[in-house]
Amino acid sequence: MKTMHLLTGTALAALLGGSAMAQTELTMWYHGAGNQVEADILNGIISDFNASQSDWSVTIESFPQIAYNDSVVAAALSGNLPDILDVDGPVMPNWAWAGYMQPLPLDESVIADLLPGTKGYWDGQLYSVGFWDAAVALVSRQSILDDLGLRTPTLAEPWTLEEFMGAMEAAKVSGAYDFAINLGMGDKGEWYPYAFSPFLQSFGGDIIDRETYASAEGVLNGDAAMAFGNWWQSMFTNGYAPGTSQDLGDVQTGFAEGKYAFSWTGNWMALATLAAFDDAVFLPAPDFGNGSTIGAASWQFGVSAASEHPDGAAAFIAFALQDEYLAAFSNGIGLIPASPSAALVSDYYAPGAPMEVFFELSAQQGFVRPVTPGYVVAAKVFEKAMADIANGADVTDALDAAVDEINTDIARNSGYGH
Amino acid sequence: MATTKLTRSNGAGWAFALPGFGLMVIFIILPFLFAFGLSFTNQRLISPNPTEFVGTANYRQLLGFGTITLDPLRDDAGVVQRAADGSPEYPRLREYTRNNPDYPQFDGMREWFSFGRGESRTYVLARDVVFMKAVVNTVVFVLVVAPVQGLLALGLALLINQRLRGINVFRTIYFMPVVVSIVVVSLLWRFIYDGQDGLLNNMLDAISFGLIPPVDWLGNPSTALGSIIAMSIWQAVGFHMIIWLSGLQTISPTLYEAASIEGASKWQTFRYVTWPGLRNTAVLVLIVITMQAFALFAQIDVMTRGGPLDSTQTIVFQAVERGYGKQDISGGSAISVILFCIVLSISLIQRYLTREKS
Repeated sequence: MKTMHLLTGTALAALLGGSAMAQTELTMWYHGAGNQVEADILNGIISDFNASQSDWSVTIESFPQIAYNDSVVAAALSGNLPDILDVDGPVMPNWAWAGYMQPLPLDESVIADLLPGTKGYWDGQLYSVGFWDAAVALVSRQSILDDLGLRTPTLAEPWTLEEFMGAMEAAKVSGAYDFAINLGMGDKGEWYPYAFSPFLQSFGGDIIDRETYASAEGVLNGDAAMAFGNWWQSMFTNGYAPGTSQDLGDVQTGFAEGKYAFSWTGNWMALATLAAFDDAVFLPAPDFGNGSTIGAASWQFGVSAASEHPDGAAAFIAFALQDEYLAAFSNGIGLIPASPSAALVSDYYAPGAPMEVFFELSAQQGFVRPVTPGYVVAAKVFEKAMADIANGADVTDALDAAVDEINTDIARNSGYGH
Repeated sequence: MATTKLTRSNGAGWAFALPGFGLMVIFIILPFLFAFGLSFTNQRLISPNPTEFVGTANYRQLLGFGTITLDPLRDDAGVVQRAADGSPEYPRLREYTRNNPDYPQFDGMREWFSFGRGESRTYVLARDVVFMKAVVNTVVFVLVVAPVQGLLALGLALLINQRLRGINVFRTIYFMPVVVSIVVVSLLWRFIYDGQDGLLNNMLDAISFGLIPPVDWLGNPSTALGSIIAMSIWQAVGFHMIIWLSGLQTISPTLYEAASIEGASKWQTFRYVTWPGLRNTAVLVLIVITMQAFALFAQIDVMTRGGPLDSTQTIVFQAVERGYGKQDISGGSAISVILFCIVLSISLIQRYLTREKS
């Protein structure tokens, strides 16, 4: 494999002409195989970078997202990691702890302006940087808010629990929708902790105690978490939201088809929503008592532990952080540009542009998921607890069971290095 | 006899067997030995911590259970407290299973099921309730699928074992689901079972003139496993039909001629000619279905991911979920070893029950 990389690398470098002889080879893996737009943007950045200096030459290999993490783990076990890899934000501590990644030697000034969610820190050191972030919003239409007689919530004054439940009830009573809200329950996996743990935080609980990262006791099954669990169950017993058997197609297009009055979805769906409705509005997360938060951190880039050239990898990442490239990713796939200056020149996030609101949502409400190697397991446990409670499990027992499983896992891993 | 034949100047035979045998050793026997070894350690998928030998801790974690009998709650006057529906109320189990120094043996356990005896209630606690449910679901799946799929396949094989014009069309149609990837089939059936406007609900609605309300087949704990059983039987029945068919076609036509000359009825022909001739095929089909059914995974992974409320958890799904999803290779290995022991003992029992009685 290694020689294959080298061969394709040299071939590519030769094709591009230039002084390939002196350039040191840097390999890079990316999770977005199959997405032509993404690939074109990334390839453009790489060829610009390779032409811009004579020290490094980056070559890229893309994997389908579903097989990417497995490929990295397999490569790490067999010692075949590339120099640069991309990693999902909340997974990064797991890989850093396991010794798959090394700290990213990037000057603080380069990343000073970036959105907080795009910077991946573990153990006090920077390991990864994102070229974009993602945000979740409460999607609706101005006409729906007007019909139901609801106040338009703002970042300064989001809906309270009463207002939110009032909106659910109003949508249900109107009889115009299959369900009041699409929570995306059909999209099992990382969506659950990403989209729903902010609700838990808004109630005052969390997946794990972020002071010590040693236990979930009292945090995931304390009074605040119990209140959250009961509220969560009521969303389904009251018939406000479709449950875990929701059709995956409805998750994607149900709101545009008018099946739901509200939709709790990410900015990656915003373009389709805007195409369907002129008066689509993207509202901030409700405040259930402890402030409103949304999940932060998307895919980010870092250096593998196997790389002998972290400086080269850092040079590439710093190069890619230019506004024009950040804006290109944003324009191509609708992602939130990582810096305010890039947002200014982007198509969708510039002042007055249709998705501008997401940039502020991300900047003000974005909150990273627990920064611990154990997050990978805790996320799965949390996902199951959310599904079970939605399906009618006893709230106390479900949360207790989740706490036990998370704590057992932490103990079995000697505290995950905290 | 057999051993001497195998060992005596049979170099060519061994050479021919080597490619297949070698692959089996590398991809089946060695991984199993690894799994066996790892199940006694705390091996993780990703971890900088050194692997340690932990003895049977993984097995104790999976299989540990206990029972506790609780008396109902009484008020100060000694009268049993009752819930709104009149059933007596019991203390919450978490008071015994969480941080209770008087009951260290129950720490971390959860209720698996319970039954009442008089006024008191006995709770069966398991250290790993999800695994216990997975075992029960898998056994239910096997107990239903093995006989139903086997007999259905035999029925289909008898139907298409005729010289009729266009019979190959039927053979192809029955066999088609086997050729399609199980993942694709599972995705399609998710649409069929859709709780709101799925094909099945629409059909039931049409034939009952709206009397049957839509059922959330995969979202309801009482129908989810049954739905997956029905779909699994349909999907693989064609494969076993072909095996039965090959068995049917090895039965000599002269036996049927003799039977008809003797004036045997259709049922007598089947009972005394066809069925005895299918004996070895029956053993094969039964064992293959049993083994395949124990390995139930893809349908679960695509359609329900073990839910709702663990009603479709299975042994293999749990092994994969733990080994890869939760990065606990040792736990996943222990589940695999337990599954191996279950399947091996059932196969041995089946072999014993269906042995040639001479």
